[in-house]
Amino acid sequence: MSESNRASSDPVMPMPYRPRQPSARLRRVAAALCLALLAACGKEGAGTPATGGDAATGKRLVTQYQCGACHAIPEVPGAGGDAGPPLEHFGRLSYIANGIPNQPARLTAWLLDPPAMKPGTAMPKLGLTEQEARHMAAFLYTLR
Amino acid sequence: MNAGVSEPLQSVLHPAGADAEVIGQFAWVLFGAGALIFLAVMALLVLSLRRHAQPLRPGLWIAGAGVALPVVLLTILLGWSTWRSAQLVPQASGNALAISVTARMWWWEVRYRDPASGREIATANEIRIPAGRTVYLGLNAADVIHSLWVPALAGKRDMIPGRLTGLTLRAEKPGIYRGQCAEYCGAQHAHMALHVVALAPAEFEAWLAQQARPAQAPAASLPERGRAVFLEQRCQSCHTIRGVAASNNLGPDLTHVGSRLQIGAGLLRNHRGALAGWIADPQALKPGVFMPAASGIDGESLNALAAYLEQLR
Repeated sequence: MSESNRASSDPVMPMPYRPRQPSARLRRVAAALCLALLAACGKEGAGTPATGGDAATGKRLVTQYQCGACHAIPEVPGAGGDAGPPLEHFGRLSYIANGIPNQPARLTAWLLDPPAMKPGTAMPKLGLTEQEARHMAAFLYTLR
Repeated sequence: MNAGVSEPLQSVLHPAGADAEVIGQFAWVLFGAGALIFLAVMALLVLSLRRHAQPLRPGLWIAGAGVALPVVLLTILLGWSTWRSAQLVPQASGNALAISVTARMWWWEVRYRDPASGREIATANEIRIPAGRTVYLGLNAADVIHSLWVPALAGKRDMIPGRLTGLTLRAEKPGIYRGQCAEYCGAQHAHMALHVVALAPAEFEAWLAQQARPAQAPAASLPERGRAVFLEQRCQSCHTIRGVAASNNLGPDLTHVGSRLQIGAGLLRNHRGALAGWIADPQALKPGVFMPAASGIDGESLNALAAYLEQLR
């Protein structure tokens, strides 16, 4: 006879606390809920600011203009430069270029002419069109 | 001109020159013959595994399929490939445009003779040739053994320190053909590419005349400042810009660097941003390269230097 069985049959000792095992069905529902919550974690994209650009086109432009010569960008093959900051979580940053709020209009202006917004910066003016800058901004906001 | 450049070809199976044509044919014929023999052997294997197979006469099969057939087939292939090899372009410099190519860890120095003055014109990582004309490349290496291979135009040729080898090239039509060092030469062997750019003959003459000129004075203030930065940072310790500063040429001649397709020996497409990133830290992009990272150069100056190099066309 086991210890616990003896305890519960004793009229003097109170029943020891034994948590009820959840049913298999309940466990499955809970696991599904957890998974759904986890999946939702990465989907802050719904809150990506509107840039008027297309992220896929932006990614192509980022590759073409070789932003990777200075910036490490995990999504872009061969982008491993270290002269500028890594862009891995760019979409989460509150500020860019040391103090400029990370908002679509400011970001687009920054991409178009960095030295005009921050004299002395090492980031060159690449001669982008405004629409190209918008596409790039759209891509950059997907980096979260 | 960079915008219109499509992905350059580096393929044995897309020949664009006489030699590459022959080599491509070799590849297909040998592959085809190999595939047929493989299929025949597999068919025989299936036959032999049949349950009620007729007993064979082993002597006949060994002598016939094991000895006679390979001897006949290999002799035919050998005869054909010998005959075809004799039709490769003869390796001779007579009547050809001579260009000197020196392989270095990990870039290509390319030298032309200016037909007007007889002076040498140095450039890097790009061999421009006139389409439809035979070109003789005099090949040498400055440090270790390299090998030049432009698959769409010709076979490989080793480049050996202290020894001159040669390769005859001929591109039938204008185009850009990518090449690669084909002999392991150190850490950045994989980033030692070059482009052969075949131009229409008139275009080639114009390009060569432009390359013969010294660097033009910058027209705007930003590149003007960039030229001063070039000299302040003592870039001329390794790089020549004809008309501005001469050096002992440890690194590529930059007189017309802005006119090249790529920088870093096929590493980055050539534009201001790539130049700035490369100057700031070549080690991040091509670890082990002999160019040191910029130190003590402020952002504005880096920008100006990149703008200056970009307009050296």
